[in-house]
Amino acid sequence: MLANLESLFRYRALIQSLVARELKARYRGSVLGFFWSFVNPLLLLLIYSFVFTVVLPGVHPPELEPFALFMFCGILPWTWFSSSLLEASNVLIAGGNLIRKVLFPAEVLPIVTVLAGLVHFCLGLPILAAFLIYYRVPVSLADLAWFPVIVLVQLVLSLGLALLVAALTVHFRDVRDLLANLLTLWFFATPIIYPLSQAPPNVRWVLNLNPFTHLAVAYQEVLFRPGPFTEWPRLLAVGAGALLMFLVGYFVFDRLRDTLAEEV
Amino acid sequence: MSAIEVRDVRKIYRRYGRRKQFATLKSALLSGRILRDLQPDETFEALRGVSFDVAAGKTFGIIGRNGSGKSTMLKLIAGIGRPTEGTVRVQGRVSALIELGAGFHPEISGRENVFINGMMLGLTKREIAARFDEIVSFAELEAFIDAPVKTYSSGMYMRLGFAVAIHVDPDVLLVDEVLAVGDEAFTHKCLDKFAEFRRRGRTVLLVTHSLDLVTRFCDEALWLDGGLAKAQGDPKRVVDAYLMDVAKSENLELEASDRATAIEVETPAPATEAESHAEPQPDDGPPDMFRAVEGRWGSREVEIAGVDLVGADGQPSHIFQSGEPMEIRLRVHASHPVSDFVFGVGIFNADGVCCYGTNTHIEGGAPGSLSGDGEAVFAIDRLDLVDGTYKLDVAVHRENGAPYDYHRLLYTFRVKSRLKEAGIFRPPHRWRFSGGIRMSGPR
Repeated sequence: MLANLESLFRYRALIQSLVARELKARYRGSVLGFFWSFVNPLLLLLIYSFVFTVVLPGVHPPELEPFALFMFCGILPWTWFSSSLLEASNVLIAGGNLIRKVLFPAEVLPIVTVLAGLVHFCLGLPILAAFLIYYRVPVSLADLAWFPVIVLVQLVLSLGLALLVAALTVHFRDVRDLLANLLTLWFFATPIIYPLSQAPPNVRWVLNLNPFTHLAVAYQEVLFRPGPFTEWPRLLAVGAGALLMFLVGYFVFDRLRDTLAEEV
Repeated sequence: MSAIEVRDVRKIYRRYGRRKQFATLKSALLSGRILRDLQPDETFEALRGVSFDVAAGKTFGIIGRNGSGKSTMLKLIAGIGRPTEGTVRVQGRVSALIELGAGFHPEISGRENVFINGMMLGLTKREIAARFDEIVSFAELEAFIDAPVKTYSSGMYMRLGFAVAIHVDPDVLLVDEVLAVGDEAFTHKCLDKFAEFRRRGRTVLLVTHSLDLVTRFCDEALWLDGGLAKAQGDPKRVVDAYLMDVAKSENLELEASDRATAIEVETPAPATEAESHAEPQPDDGPPDMFRAVEGRWGSREVEIAGVDLVGADGQPSHIFQSGEPMEIRLRVHASHPVSDFVFGVGIFNADGVCCYGTNTHIEGGAPGSLSGDGEAVFAIDRLDLVDGTYKLDVAVHRENGAPYDYHRLLYTFRVKSRLKEAGIFRPPHRWRFSGGIRMSGPR
């Protein structure tokens, strides 16, 4: 397993090129091209803003104004997370030809989907920044220093889950459908379109078990809420968990590696 | 030193039945059956203990029928799969021409695909940049290299895939039946490239159905049959053994189809003269005699009870070498003596074209009498037909053409030839040259 991890490092140039290819090929032939990376989260934000400020106004506590911006802090990383996992569940089957016919480290494929998602996420950040400036949200530089750490934790967690999902889907195609529904549930079980403080106490323990809760809260704390970032012990705990998840995901992938070429 | 070492390799593929398809991850988890569901219902042994060595710098051919395990073997050597038992060892960098352009992305340009594909095959970016021009000119795609790959024709796609794979410059090159990718000129270029590999002391492993390629190029050959090594060694010897075996099984196949015909022929046809006059239509046969429709008709006053094709060795066979003698032996039986009878034969090729047809009447035979059992033999001194499958008409009929027993295309035989000439008929011939022409060769 360690030797394989090491060989993965040797393939970094390939991973880099594949991510670039993924991004290039993604919008080839569309009029807006790369703008979709900005437009997609923006449209999603518009939908949620419509629901929570026009259809259901006043559901959220008044200190969370502008509420659209609050939601955006969670929706942007969530989009990265969920689309990475959904794509990872399909990536080995879509790349079946490659796995069956070329000697090629299969884990590169799910890793590429997560990294391509990261790039899209980063392309969405300027929009977030523009809103933060527009609404004159005070963001402290000390808080902002935590931002890359949160992204890193999410990256490691996503990689681990993506590897796990990718390898399992080859054996159980139903993972794909299961995952789509699970992600919807997961989205609502994460304080993204509502603050954690608004969740009833009897379900809060469930939300606390959800690793993405702490990531979402961390994003909101760092970018949106005033005051110093106090949630960092939880973030680091989630970081440790994410690392464990990565090792588990890689271990499972490694164990199933030999069967991939036959089952894809 | 051997470049490839294969020891007692067995490969078992697992096949899953219905149960697995309906089992879901959830149900497997819920009932704790996940491990049991991962057990295969059925296994298929693609390789059953194969061992061989390929010395460094040799060109090695693997031949065999479809499904004999050739491609599985190649994949194991390429490292794409692992043997269930046994070991495969390969020295040096391996490049496998198994599926050309397997990693190409249709939306991006040929140029970018070359880089990514090259990296997948283990080259660094710098190495690819250094070979880029060579790759593109080898693939003959200079004008299209910046167009998206989805706009390529399948030939262009394959050529680019081949060019990248071959420029990986491996120590061991594995080739799986990919030479059919281009036009004649490109095929020659590929063969030249292989020859260059050999000169530079690289090892080439070739899986192919082109036996000609094996005898011409390979230093050694292996014949796989049903997952077992059937023969290994000198390519000519191995190819000959393989061809013999193919001919044998083809013979068995034709025999089986003839047996089916024989059963049909032996079923009694209660055709008395009165009946055949009452119902003359079915006895007249199809209106157009040159349409190739299989069948049997006639009044059966004289019956062809059996047909044997006999080769030079006097044994019934279905496979004949072009130029060898062949006899068509008709066993006939007359239910009552007749004095008006003609024997005829016709040879048709697979397209239904009549290659030759004759009968005793055309050739001036005057019938005397026919009663009881007898044998009519049509002896051909030289079967000068080109390689191919042929069908046979045999008949006994009256001089006016009214059939006693007509067997239309019921018998099949195959003519084998080492030469792949065109046409139907191979007149006995030789070439002669004079003046300023020097040529060694045509056999």
